[in-house]
Amino acid sequence: MSYHANEKGYYGEFGGAFIPEMLYPNTEELRQNYIRIMEEPSFKEEFNQLLKDYVGRPTPLYFAERLSKKYNTKIYLKREDLCHTGAHKVNNTIGQILMAKKLGKKRIIAETGAGQHGVATATVCALAGIECVVYMGEIDIARQAPNVARMKMLGAEVRPALSGSRTLKDATNEAIRDWINNPVDTHYIIGSVVGPHPYPDMVARFQSVISKEIKKQLLEKEGRENPDYIVACVGGGSNAAGAYYHYLDTPEVGIIAVEAAGKGIDTGESAATSALGKVGIIHGSKTLLMQTKDGQITEPYSISAGLDYPGVGPMHAHLFKSGRGEFISITDDEAMTAGLALCQLEGIIPAIESSHAFAILEHKKFNPSDIVVINLSGRGDKDLQNYIDYFKL
Amino acid sequence: MNRINQKLKEDKKLLSIYFTAGYPNLNDTAKIIHDLEKYGVDMIEIGLPFSDPLADGPTIQESSTAALRNGMHTELLFEQLRDIRKTVSIPLIVMGYFNPVFQYGVESFCKKCQEIGIDGIILPDLPLDVYQEEYKTIFKKFGLINVFLITPQTSEERIRQIDAVSDGFIYMVSSASTTGAKTGFENKTQTYFERINAMNLKNPQIVGFGISNSDTFSQATRKAKGAIIGSAFIKHLTKNGVEKIDEFVNGIR
Ligand SMILES: Cc1ncc(COP(=O)(O)O)c(C=O)c1O
Repeated sequence: MSYHANEKGYYGEFGGAFIPEMLYPNTEELRQNYIRIMEEPSFKEEFNQLLKDYVGRPTPLYFAERLSKKYNTKIYLKREDLCHTGAHKVNNTIGQILMAKKLGKKRIIAETGAGQHGVATATVCALAGIECVVYMGEIDIARQAPNVARMKMLGAEVRPALSGSRTLKDATNEAIRDWINNPVDTHYIIGSVVGPHPYPDMVARFQSVISKEIKKQLLEKEGRENPDYIVACVGGGSNAAGAYYHYLDTPEVGIIAVEAAGKGIDTGESAATSALGKVGIIHGSKTLLMQTKDGQITEPYSISAGLDYPGVGPMHAHLFKSGRGEFISITDDEAMTAGLALCQLEGIIPAIESSHAFAILEHKKFNPSDIVVINLSGRGDKDLQNYIDYFKL
Repeated sequence: MNRINQKLKEDKKLLSIYFTAGYPNLNDTAKIIHDLEKYGVDMIEIGLPFSDPLADGPTIQESSTAALRNGMHTELLFEQLRDIRKTVSIPLIVMGYFNPVFQYGVESFCKKCQEIGIDGIILPDLPLDVYQEEYKTIFKKFGLINVFLITPQTSEERIRQIDAVSDGFIYMVSSASTTGAKTGFENKTQTYFERINAMNLKNPQIVGFGISNSDTFSQATRKAKGAIIGSAFIKHLTKNGVEKIDEFVNGIR
């Protein structure tokens, strides 16, 4: 059994393309071309060059000595926080902007929640000299002013999503509506392994550079390619998909997915999709999502805007359902505490999303000889105000 | 014979009207249906509101949000429609998004539709291949016509596939847009209408999206069998409540 997508974009029972006919030509064009384009030597060369010279890859695999001592196991951090723009998101946007150029697209649209993906998209659009429109929930625009300013400085237009709950899911709806209205010249850069096929698979492939590098780096440091565990936080699931990718079909590598419990799974203010979700359709994908019993999509909550999504990518729904992945949910408080601990033990200020991944060290006991790789998906600059408010700094 | 097929045989251009169930008020459903039939509309699409209506423009989005806020849900809609066939004979189509139907259970949903006397279903985000592989037999078992959409971007090959799978009419989306987005049709839209007409499909076509008044209705139906009005009717309801539905319908043709 493989945990990768099949040719119709299904991971087990999850995935597919549940889209209105208006989007069929757009996604079909992408579906028919994405693998071919990604495998063209000229595409690979340009992609790898930009990842190296522009993004700053390979990112280090860092042995966290003091953290390891504290938890009596061997912990390595994959330093996606050192990517240009501060998170793994840019791996995907570099790939997709090159894809858009190959497809002859003249205009880019994207959705964003906290603004990380919006900034990563605005960045690559500036790099490519292509028009960029980023949809962002009206509420998020107010909450994430620095990232809104960054996007504007980079030349993007930030359009408020005024519908529904005016957050990430609605920004995604607005981006999809824009694509319906502009089917020919526009490419939609989705920010995670969500949406209709081929997006989850395409984004996972662009992010797979993370686990490709881990394998090589671990071989150099430990004489083996495989850790015992690979840990990542899951919002939509793109940093996790990238960190797991080359280990998905290697059962001896334990996969740990960390979701945001918000104020607690049973409080009604949570984003722990595997615990609270049921199978359904969100943004064109059949997956697990948080919804009412009538199938209305509900609004999640997490202190971390990047994990505040009511669904999860179909790869992760399948990892959960099949038992291949172990899913752990972490509350706001646990994440904030773990984030501060990382600052003080290792001198690294993590994004609050990533802090969730570190909090599992308090939950799960590893053996002293275990090699645990934690994907440090992003840095905490964008979250400074949150940290300040939370810790009264 | 299904009421939709019966209606399609009539020698006239059909006017179909969409409204969102539960809007403007929770219990307006039956009154709206009765009035639309009374004032000579040919077909009705009853919108089952959804939290995230991807294919809809602001007007239908807002009516959906309001309907959900009013308390509309699937079971309640079925409840409101339970006795509708005692008093109306107009073809009734339920239009919504796939997730609420999926949660209800596709088979239970279809069964309920048959009990009530619903004739067809439109679920824009239920793709053709999934319908064929998983749900077609269920729809057929309960005598329901599933209506597919085509757009100006739909390839000829795919239109032929859709035509082969359809057994009622094809919902012809007038332009690349969400609902309600355009006012008036451009020349290229007319060219598209003519192109589809020339394909001699086995299913008649009914045009939707962007039809708001008698002008756009007559343009849309120059070649096609009929046209569907949604957002413009919702706007009428927003302004007038469930009164003066006759004025709205008479203004169209
Ligand atoms: C640093 C960081 N980590 C994780 C995420 C969550 O996204 P995903 O689950 O797609 O990796 C985000 C999203 O904004 C992010 O900025």
